[in-house]
Amino acid sequence: MNLLLIQALSGLSHAATLFLVASGLSIIFGVTRIVNFAHGSLYMLGAYLAYSLSQFLMVKLGAPLGFWTGIALAAATVGLIGAAMELLLLRRIYQAAELFQLLATFGVVLVVQDAVLAIWGREDLLSPRAPGFKGAVEIVGQRFPQYHLLLIVLGPVVLAALWWLFHRTRWGTLVRAATEDREMTGALGVNQRWLFTSVVVLGSVLAGLGGALQIPNEAVNLQMDIGIVVEAFAVVVIGGMGSIPGAFLAALLVGEISAFGVLLFPKLTLVLTFLVMAVVLVIRPYGLLGKPFATGTSPARGPGIHLHGTTPRLRLAGVALLAALALLPAFAGEYAQLLVTEIVILALFAASLHFILSIGGLVSFGHAAWFGAGAYTSALLATRLGVPMSGGLLAAPLAAGALALLVGWFCTRLTGVYLAMLTLAFAQILWSVAFQSSWTGGDNGILGVWPSVWLGSAVRYYYLTLLLCAASVLILRRAAFAPFGYALRAARDSPLRAEATGIDTRRRQWLAFGLAGAFAGLAGALYAFHKGSVFPNVLSIP
Amino acid sequence: MRMRGWAFVVGLLVLPLAAAENKPIVIGEISSYSTVPAFTVPYRNGWQLAVEQINAAGGLLGGRKLEVISRDDGGKPDDATRHAQELISSQKADLLAGTFLSNVGLAVSDIALRNKVLFVAAEPLTDALVWDKGNRYTFRLRPSTYMQAAMLAEEAAKLPAKTWATVAPNYEYGQSAVANFKELLKARRPDVEFVAEQWPALGKLDAGATIQALAAAKPEAIFNVTFGADLTKFVREGNLRGLFEGRAVVSMLTGEPEYLDPLKDETPKGWIVTGYPWDQIKGASHQRFVQAYEKRYGEPPRLGSVVGYTTFVAIADAIRKAGSTDTEKLIGTLRGLKVDTVFGPVTFRALDQQSTLGAFVGRLDLKDGRGVMVEWRYADGKDYMPPDAVVRKRRPPEAMR
Repeated sequence: MNLLLIQALSGLSHAATLFLVASGLSIIFGVTRIVNFAHGSLYMLGAYLAYSLSQFLMVKLGAPLGFWTGIALAAATVGLIGAAMELLLLRRIYQAAELFQLLATFGVVLVVQDAVLAIWGREDLLSPRAPGFKGAVEIVGQRFPQYHLLLIVLGPVVLAALWWLFHRTRWGTLVRAATEDREMTGALGVNQRWLFTSVVVLGSVLAGLGGALQIPNEAVNLQMDIGIVVEAFAVVVIGGMGSIPGAFLAALLVGEISAFGVLLFPKLTLVLTFLVMAVVLVIRPYGLLGKPFATGTSPARGPGIHLHGTTPRLRLAGVALLAALALLPAFAGEYAQLLVTEIVILALFAASLHFILSIGGLVSFGHAAWFGAGAYTSALLATRLGVPMSGGLLAAPLAAGALALLVGWFCTRLTGVYLAMLTLAFAQILWSVAFQSSWTGGDNGILGVWPSVWLGSAVRYYYLTLLLCAASVLILRRAAFAPFGYALRAARDSPLRAEATGIDTRRRQWLAFGLAGAFAGLAGALYAFHKGSVFPNVLSIP
Repeated sequence: MRMRGWAFVVGLLVLPLAAAENKPIVIGEISSYSTVPAFTVPYRNGWQLAVEQINAAGGLLGGRKLEVISRDDGGKPDDATRHAQELISSQKADLLAGTFLSNVGLAVSDIALRNKVLFVAAEPLTDALVWDKGNRYTFRLRPSTYMQAAMLAEEAAKLPAKTWATVAPNYEYGQSAVANFKELLKARRPDVEFVAEQWPALGKLDAGATIQALAAAKPEAIFNVTFGADLTKFVREGNLRGLFEGRAVVSMLTGEPEYLDPLKDETPKGWIVTGYPWDQIKGASHQRFVQAYEKRYGEPPRLGSVVGYTTFVAIADAIRKAGSTDTEKLIGTLRGLKVDTVFGPVTFRALDQQSTLGAFVGRLDLKDGRGVMVEWRYADGKDYMPPDAVVRKRRPPEAMR
């Protein structure tokens, strides 16, 4: 009984940190509809800044004042950095497609990583314990750190402060209005630009505060950004995008389940959050407290990219490209052939992703899962059962396609970013299975996956790859222009009208999932034989 | 006239020979420079120092300089294999060396096998590299997970503790460290019982919950395999919650400066660890190394520095003794080669191509706000290997040829 109580308390303190970061992310998304990948970097910056500022100020102002001022200053600085990010970057990409926005924020992640390494160096930095909260209290006979109690109290305090901000101030009303219907708010004469900037600043301050408050708990290190961002996303999605109470509830849920998961399922800690997310999204497609996007306020989505039919010029260009690739081995060395083989395989993977993304209109973050499934299928068949390469190449797309159909059935019930996150969840679950299980070779992967002897040389494998990938890309293109493809594009551009004309949009999308997955699986199998080994990171989202 | 003509022709003939004599020996080196700079920067400093010293002394094989082409694999085995291919095909490397992460090491060893190129692995710890997935082209320098677990199990067996808990990151390194430790400890102390196991995800340790779960099982001792950021969190939370009071802790790798320095004044006293007490080692060869390193880089060496330095010293020794860079000759020479390293003499066993480089085993203590190792001794790797019959069974038969 005592153990359960203490575990519950531990879960609460973890939940508090999660809530801080997730609430900032949710606020930013709710208003700007931008999925801010750089949120983890803001968290990391908050931690590093707090480390340096608190060290500096503790010397100048004495321990307690210096420490807490350092934390506050760090959060404020991160707010300013967020403002800079909004003014310089986000403002210019509001009209862009969702994925470009994500890529732009991902660029910020890379910049911040390098900057932090350059400024603070490569070692982990541990700051001293928080003044005033250095010890532990006795709770039911166990020692519980005082600092964690502080964090537990802080969670609801921040929630209350945010509630007051959003429900009792004019600014908060405007933010809520913009979350519900951005266009109408603009039409009513609200200065959208400053609203957006202020919202991003608030979100950044929360992220920075979350990071800053972590410094007595752990050493600030360069992996903090990636470590928190995926979990924060999961919490936001579970709670419902744009909903603060939802984020609080979800943070509580995830924190407690993680804490008890450590007791009950120690080996599942990696996937627990994603399992929870998958279950919640299957039951409640918009998260616990989320609302479906009102039509008209979903991200700028008119008709998608128009696919031109095959003009004679395009056909000529295609033939020329194929001819050039076919003649490559005549005048290029072995390494160049190997490189182009890899390029061609990845081109097939990209084509299958393009099919589901552009033609199907479904944002799938977990596409690597089918790639990895194909790679692992062929590798396992080759090494465990001695199946020759041709068998592996046949089985891989079938296995990957079947897996994609299974997962796709759940995912196509959702839309937009929820769909993306659910695909991410499945891909992460698959990855962690590969990473932790011994039958997949675990982290050490599967070695010795080499092509059949008659295809031994680099040249022959290159031609095989060229043949299969070119044929697959042509098949995908043909599918895009078949009635199936047209129906898919109709469902992407105007779901209501498509349904009205009798097209079963969900079924089409589900099948597209399977098709794209199958071709990604083929690419994966070719990749496995090309590299000679398969590791779990082939399944991971880079 | 004719004499001059003949001299010219003879000169022309001799010229390519002279050029061949000065053709550099190309070594392709791959490591995870961008993902784990805390390790790989000292490691690179180490091997660069070795290469500079070798070239300053006149190079190898009659004046040929060592040229090292270094690549960053970004922690990804796929990138590493691509770099390895490029180094072999385009850069015409005579051999490959390096790698840090275990999965990268395995991937590169597979490429080495496929292309029949020598690969001297420096840092990867996985047992599989020379045993279960070993091949005749791959040699490894650093003491493996098994060896380090054996060193620690020997110390653990001396403790009175009967009930143990383990905490290790849930991937191959952690899993095999715990498996090896359990097997080796139980062999020495059959009365020992493992009452709790925690498997935090790598890099995502939930310190509070994990520690409470460990404490609830009331173990008398703990075996810890976490490292890096996880270790720091574990130590701080553990100190706050009194997990280590009255308990012995045996911890892998924690005594290495890369992992010990960040702990500063949180360093838990009395932990039994493997590590590298660089400022206390008295051997002349090591002192010379430390002086040269500090002079060149202005900072003290880390364990990564020793690994980088020793890898290239060993490679140079092998090339010198073999008298050529031919792969088959090098393999023949390396098998059973004895190298004088800064830790003392080290042999690359002919049986499994694993070096007998050891580690320092000791206890942790806190002095002047930093962690140090005390009561330490050097554990020679050759004493911590499994019986030959076990190795032969685990290693693939093709690797033994």
